[in-house]
Amino acid sequence: MEKTYYSKAIIDRFLHPKNLGKIKDADGIGDTQNMRCGDVMKIYLKIEKKAGKEIIKDAKFETYGCGHAIAISDMICDLIKGKTFVQAMKVGYEDVADKIGPVPPVKVHCAKLAQAAIKGAIENYQNKKNKS
Amino acid sequence: MPKIYLDYAASTPCDPKVVRAMSGFLKKDFGNPSSIHSFGQRASMAVGNARQLVAEFLGCESEEIVFTGSATEASNLAIFGTVKAAKVQKFQIITSQIEHPSVLESCRALAKQGAEVTFLPVDKDGIVKISELEKALKSNTVLVSIMYANNEIGAIQPIEEIGALIKKNNPKTLFHVDAVQAANFLDCNVKKLGVDLLTLSSHKIYGPKGVGVLYVKRGTPITPLIYGGGHERGLRSGTENVAGIVGFSQAIKEIQNPKSKIQNIRIRQFKDKLIKTILKIIPASRLNGSLTQRLPNNVNISFEGAEGEAMVIALDQKGIAASTGSACSSGSLEPSHVLLALGLSDEVAHGSLRLTLGKYNTAKDVERVLKVLPVIIQKLRKISGYNQ
Repeated sequence: MEKTYYSKAIIDRFLHPKNLGKIKDADGIGDTQNMRCGDVMKIYLKIEKKAGKEIIKDAKFETYGCGHAIAISDMICDLIKGKTFVQAMKVGYEDVADKIGPVPPVKVHCAKLAQAAIKGAIENYQNKKNKS
Repeated sequence: MPKIYLDYAASTPCDPKVVRAMSGFLKKDFGNPSSIHSFGQRASMAVGNARQLVAEFLGCESEEIVFTGSATEASNLAIFGTVKAAKVQKFQIITSQIEHPSVLESCRALAKQGAEVTFLPVDKDGIVKISELEKALKSNTVLVSIMYANNEIGAIQPIEEIGALIKKNNPKTLFHVDAVQAANFLDCNVKKLGVDLLTLSSHKIYGPKGVGVLYVKRGTPITPLIYGGGHERGLRSGTENVAGIVGFSQAIKEIQNPKSKIQNIRIRQFKDKLIKTILKIIPASRLNGSLTQRLPNNVNISFEGAEGEAMVIALDQKGIAASTGSACSSGSLEPSHVLLALGLSDEVAHGSLRLTLGKYNTAKDVERVLKVLPVIIQKLRKISGYNQ
């Protein structure tokens, strides 16, 4: 059977995101935008040190974009929690698809935008740390 | 939860009278209109009657009607067929920046083949600038193709004025009009409009999918795109879609029913209420297109901080079918060429929502949209971090 354009899992995430909003005292904030395709993503990170390693304790998002972009942003926040920076930067479309199923090919780039926002947030944290 | 359909510009359900008219030609009178036995002749007569009904609607002769498999095919025939028949080496064609893809892409294809194509700009309301057309017209302009009313923003073009200007410049220049969205609401008399070619679609006027019409004024030089048994006076070979054609003609008949005029007034009132109330109760919203030169069923509004496809999918979850100019789903990812042609930014185009009304909408539908939409916009603005 042909799949519908929006799967039930994606719609659930889109309508009830778990990681929506700002982190007030965020350690790192990253954003990325592609106004041509209409997506703007902002990722907020809270970092903690465990056994001498920096890991992502919490991640939240704000996204202007379609339902897929919103669902992917939310899912990717789930996936990077508890991960080191190196691990987090490797989280991509395939990991998201493992959790909530594939999205139409034209929407795969949404995951790349989210990855770029995460990278930006990590860099933002490291820059702040180096300055202080 | 009752479903509410507000995407009549995309497609319409068949009128029950259309379905009734068609059903006999699917099973009982199934013959090939080219056959000389009674089965074929009954089908042939039905196609002839249908042709007559469409001709009456357009104010032309039935010999000037060509049935096609879609409006896209009809417009392709109008453009490629006349250009091919013109048999000139260097020629120009003129169209607008806000045409339907069936016209726009046909013109782009000709441009790739070396034709000079002028894409006329529109003003902020989406109306073709007559002064620009005047400047663009040349002695070797073979064809001008301008839509009667736009599918996204409902902008109505001054077709009579455009036609007169074209013919004043050069009586030989052909004028094609895509009247697909206009047919339900506007006068489509081809003599009054001064057009040589005109496209209609069945499934936008409560008829079945798979049928289009091209009006071709007698004497217009045109060659076919599809060859075969010489159907449709040689302009479009292929056994006639008899049931579809009969359904289409019944839909045309219904447009002219006085009841439709009353329905159209109600549709306009619903549209006015939707526009007025949405702009009032939802902050940072704006109407796209003209307030006055607009189809009576078209609402197109942009919201800051809410993306179109997200709006459509959220509305769908509430049982409301709408559309958007945010082309996330179109493959190109670029927002609507129509909204960009109005001079709107990518952001405004991505935040657009199109609601198009039809004869089966009720006052209750309108109330429901006005209740549901503000909540959705507020929620999407929260997700995007938009400061309200």
